[in-house]
Order: sequence, then structure tokens, then C-alpha cells
Amino acid sequence: MNRITELFEKAADQADGLLNVYFTAGFPQLNDTRLILRALQEGGADLVEIGMPYSDPVADGETIQQSNDQALHNGMSVRLLLEQLEGMRETITLPVLLMGYLNPVLQYGVENFCQKCAEVGVDGLILPDMPMDIYVNEYQAIFKKYGILNIFLVTPQTHEARIRQIDQQSDGFIYTVSSASVTGSKTGVSEDMEAYFDRLNAMNLRNPRLIGFGIKDQSTYEKACRYAQGAIIGSAFIRVLQESQDLDTDIKAFIGSIKANKSTAIGV
Amino acid sequence: MISRGGQGTCHRAKSIPFDMEVVAENVSFHVNEQGYYGPFGGAFIPEMLYPNVEELQQNYLSILADPAFQREFDDLLRNYVGRPTPLYLAQRLSEKYNTNVYLKREDLCHTGAHKINNTIGQILLAKRLGKQRVVAETGAGQHGVATATVCALMGIECIVYMGELDIQRQAPNVARMKMLGAEVRPATCGSKTLKDATNEAMRHWINNPVDTHYIIGSVVGPHPYPDMVARFQSVISAEIKQQLREQTGRENPNYVVACVGGGSNAAGAFYHFLDQPDVQLVAVEAAGQGLRSGHSAATTALGKPGVLHGSRTILMQTEDGQVVEPYSISAGLDYPGIGPIHAYLFESGRGRFLSATDEEAVQAAFALTRTEGIIPALESSHALAILDRLGAQPHEVVVVNLSGRGDKDMATYMKYLD
Repeated sequence: MNRITELFEKAADQADGLLNVYFTAGFPQLNDTRLILRALQEGGADLVEIGMPYSDPVADGETIQQSNDQALHNGMSVRLLLEQLEGMRETITLPVLLMGYLNPVLQYGVENFCQKCAEVGVDGLILPDMPMDIYVNEYQAIFKKYGILNIFLVTPQTHEARIRQIDQQSDGFIYTVSSASVTGSKTGVSEDMEAYFDRLNAMNLRNPRLIGFGIKDQSTYEKACRYAQGAIIGSAFIRVLQESQDLDTDIKAFIGSIKANKSTAIGV
Repeated sequence: MISRGGQGTCHRAKSIPFDMEVVAENVSFHVNEQGYYGPFGGAFIPEMLYPNVEELQQNYLSILADPAFQREFDDLLRNYVGRPTPLYLAQRLSEKYNTNVYLKREDLCHTGAHKINNTIGQILLAKRLGKQRVVAETGAGQHGVATATVCALMGIECIVYMGELDIQRQAPNVARMKMLGAEVRPATCGSKTLKDATNEAMRHWINNPVDTHYIIGSVVGPHPYPDMVARFQSVISAEIKQQLREQTGRENPNYVVACVGGGSNAAGAFYHFLDQPDVQLVAVEAAGQGLRSGHSAATTALGKPGVLHGSRTILMQTEDGQVVEPYSISAGLDYPGIGPIHAYLFESGRGRFLSATDEEAVQAAFALTRTEGIIPALESSHALAILDRLGAQPHEVVVVNLSGRGDKDMATYMKYLD
């Protein structure tokens, strides 16, 4: 079974919110990927989302843009990232997703990419600029052939019929964008958002949901967890990496601070 | 591969403002109902933009086809922009190249370039969609000025993103935008030029999805932008046909020549000739310091298919799929992609794609200035620069789209005078 599916099945029995942490591959240093992965696992993250840096990340705010620029400057590429992930399953049991933009994946070749992802043990992909109709018509068969889950986003502006369509085409979980914004927004969780999260809850979707965008600390994480199976932290974690002198210690401390009121990771 | 379409999915004349000709039934170079030109186009956008783009997709054709909209658009183009722009037989230039060269004088439009044809159309559309604010990107500042102008005209708030480097390079246009009441915001990430300004404008739209309309300045971006902008610019070729018929008795030239950055002036100049195989469509890209110099913006010569700014097209990129920063002396051609319509014209062979270097463009600008007394924009000078290799015969007719005037480029031209 796919590690993402397995995680959510286990989590369904437990009250705890799942914590998905995003980091940009090749940042702050080119070869930090495995170190960060291990620290996240040991620190208590439940899923990990590794960003494939891109020159033009339109859905991302300043913090993640800058980490993308730095990672590309350091020499990161899709090819190199997949090489770095070879053998990760000897130690990493967490579900691992890759997040990125469509063009680098197209240039690698979608089938080659999915095949390589499956080989190294990647469980799912988040490609925000891959439209649902293109996925369904062109790539779904390839994703399924290699057991790679495709994660779609919904936003406060996504209308109900489309949410249902997305739910139908999704596997794993639905990435619930908390507000109309790029990543790293400072708004926190407002009353408007709570109404939107309630609306999603009432829809009885077949997929679980994780809430992302604007989740930055223990309080926003816990608030998000009241409305979904868990939350995603990106920009706030990138800032930790940026300022860190000791990645292993600081990563574990950060994850600890987010999950202070929760029991340890559910794990797989 | 993305599904091909286009056969039998033409848009008929009744839905095209200013269409004076009946477009053939089975055209294949216009957009299909899914937003594709052959394999190019589509709407590759994050879900956050989906409602905005869907709103446009669902409404743009009916708004454009509305007679009240067409009347208002027509009136503004005529009485505010100054259309129709002349089609001018450049006699001395024709003698020089031993053929018949007509210049379509878009440089005489209000604000100095064709860009305003599109911003007039889009501001009227934004009003009908109930938008209270407009955001735009700009490179050289021409589209920014054209957007700020129509926002001032309509009393709508205007925010223009411009690369930090371009703000330094194009001070006069920054001043114009500010005087017109627009807020000019610097794009400080990446290469700090047009593509980064486009990214920032898209992010702004993501952050303000309900009340803001994004006026894209070229035939790029997610469907329906390439088609919508091409339709607003198609007035150029509609006028060329009518004017050529009046002046020569024939309505189809042998060649239509236009420069291509994103390609909006070319799309407008080609539009009514797309399905007329006897008209050769010539697109001129900016070779910068030379195709193999590493400092170029000649997308079809150097690029590969991929996805950029919401559509599948041809773009300059690394092996890893990272977008490459282009270079041209002309800020308006300094873009790493081309509109999907042009990608299809290139791939299908319908269009002939040439390129001109910085040096050739500047020489062509001086040649036009000294033979005809017209100072062209650096962008338009690229189109003029290929006249000696076009192969036009003495009896043939060449129309060059003179997309803009050269006032903004005087600092660059003055360097060559010394």
C-alpha cells in the first residue's frame, strides 16, 4: 500500500493531527536533503514534502521563492534530487511527496519521472500548475502504473462541483489552501476560513484533507487540525532552515514546538 | 502529447469585433474551444487562479460579441486611440529594397504603440465583470503605460509590476505611469525583468482573486488570454486589408512582417491572414548579440516546448526545465517565451521565423529614420531589419507592422550617434 494512504488509514483511528513539512531541495546547502529528511522523521513529522526548485514559482511567496533561487544557485536539479533520494528507504519510513512545477517534470519526461520516483520510494506528487483535465487525460494512467499519488489543491474560491470533481480524481489527501494567497501568507486562520473549512467538512469528501498556507506555529497548526486531518508547514520551516546553525537540533526543536501538545508521530 | 484540435472549430466573423471579412469555416490557426493552437496553449494554472480564469473563459466571447461592447470599443479606438492608423507606402524604403513596402503605423496610436488596442478592450471587459482594480506586468513600460492610461480614463485603480532592473532602465515610462496615477511595484526576485514582473502580477492576482482583473499585455498566459489579446489586436490586420484594398485594389499582401516578443502586435497583424495561405507571415525575433552568443531572445531558434506563464508553448530553458533569462537591446522583446499561437505557426510551418541582432535592429532604425523621417521603436526595428533578406520581388507587396515609436529608445539610439 502507498505510504500516504496507509498513514491516513492509521490516523483515522487517532485524534492527532498530522504534520506535513515542506522544504526546498538543495537549500540551504546542496546536499542537505537527506539530513533534513532524517531530522524531520526523528523530530516527529508525519509526512514530508520536498520542493523541486523552479525558476518561476508563481504559487509561492517570497520566502519559498528565495529558497528556490538559492537552491538553483547551489546547483539543484530534478535529476540530482532523484539521485540524492536513492537509498532513502533504508532509513526513511515517512511518506515522501515531491512538490514542484510542471515544466521541469515535462523536460525530464513524465513517465521517466514517475518511474524514478517509484524506484526511490517517493509516494506522491504535488504539481500545482498541472490542470486536472490534463492530468486525467494525459498522465493519470502513468501515475497509477507507478503507484504515485497526485495531490490536488482546493481553495476558498473553488466551487462545490469542482471540489467534488477534484475529490473524485484525488488519492491520498486533498491539499486545502487556507486563503486566497501564495504560500507564506501572514493571515493565520480567520473566521472566513473557519466557515470554509466547515463547508468542506460538511461535504463528506472521500479524501482526507491537510490545510496549508499560513500555518506557521503551534497555534495555527492546532487550529487547522481542528478542521482537518492535519496541516502543512512550509515557509515558516524554510525560515528556520535559513537561520539555523545546527540543522539537526533546530529542526527537531521546531517540530517539537509545533507538536508540543500532541503525542509523538503516528508513523508507519 | 496534448490533444490536437482546431479542425472545424473556427470563430465566425460575427463574434469578432472589427471583422470586415468572413473568416473561412474550417480555419485551423485560430484557437479551439479548449484553448489550444495545435498542441500549444491551454491553461496551466494553479488552482488558486482557476476561478478567475474560468470566469474569463466563460464570459469573454459573449462580452466581445455584445454589440454595446463593440460600439464602445470601436468608439474609443477611433476617437481616443486615433484609429484607423495609416497604412503608408514608404516610397524611399521601397526603392531601397526594390519592392513595395507599406508601413502599418501603430506608432501613431495614443501612448505610442499598439499596446493600447488591447488595454482598451480589457478595461471595458473588466468593467463588465465588475472588477474594481487592475494589475498588469510590464517590461519596457509600454504596456504599463497603456494600462495606466485606460485605468485613468475609467477611474479604476491600477497596479503595475515591473522588474527592478527595468525600472532603472526605463525611467521615462515609469514617470508616465506614476503621473497617470498607477502604482509601480518593483519585482525584486529572480532576474528582476519582465518574466519576474509577470510572476509577481500573477501572484498579486492569486492574492486578490475577486475584485482584480489582470491585464496581460501580450498573447501569452493561460487561455483565454492569448485569444482575447489577439482578438483585440486583430483590428490591425482588419484595417490592413481594407486599406490595402482601397490603395491597391488587392486586399492580401504577399508578406506581413512583425516583430515577436510575446507576439501581440504580430498576432494582430497576422490575424485576418492566418488562413490565407497566399500571405506569408513573417515573425522576427530578437537575436540579441547573436543566436549563439548566449545573449539572445530568439525563442524559436533556442527554445523547446514546455509550460510558461500558464500555457504550453516554446520557451528558452535549461535541460532541467528552468526558464532561461533572455537578452535583447529591446526590452519589449526581452521575453523567454512566445505566445502559443506563434509556437503553432512556427511548428506547423505556417509562419516564417527570422531573427535580427541588436546591431541590425539599430541600423534598420536609422535607415527608416533617414529615408522616411520616422523614428521607430527598437522592437519594430527588428521587423524592418529583415527586409533585405525577405526575398520580396519588385511587383510584390510587403506590409511591415510598425508597432511603436522610438521616443522611449532615444537614449539607446543616441549612443550610436556618437
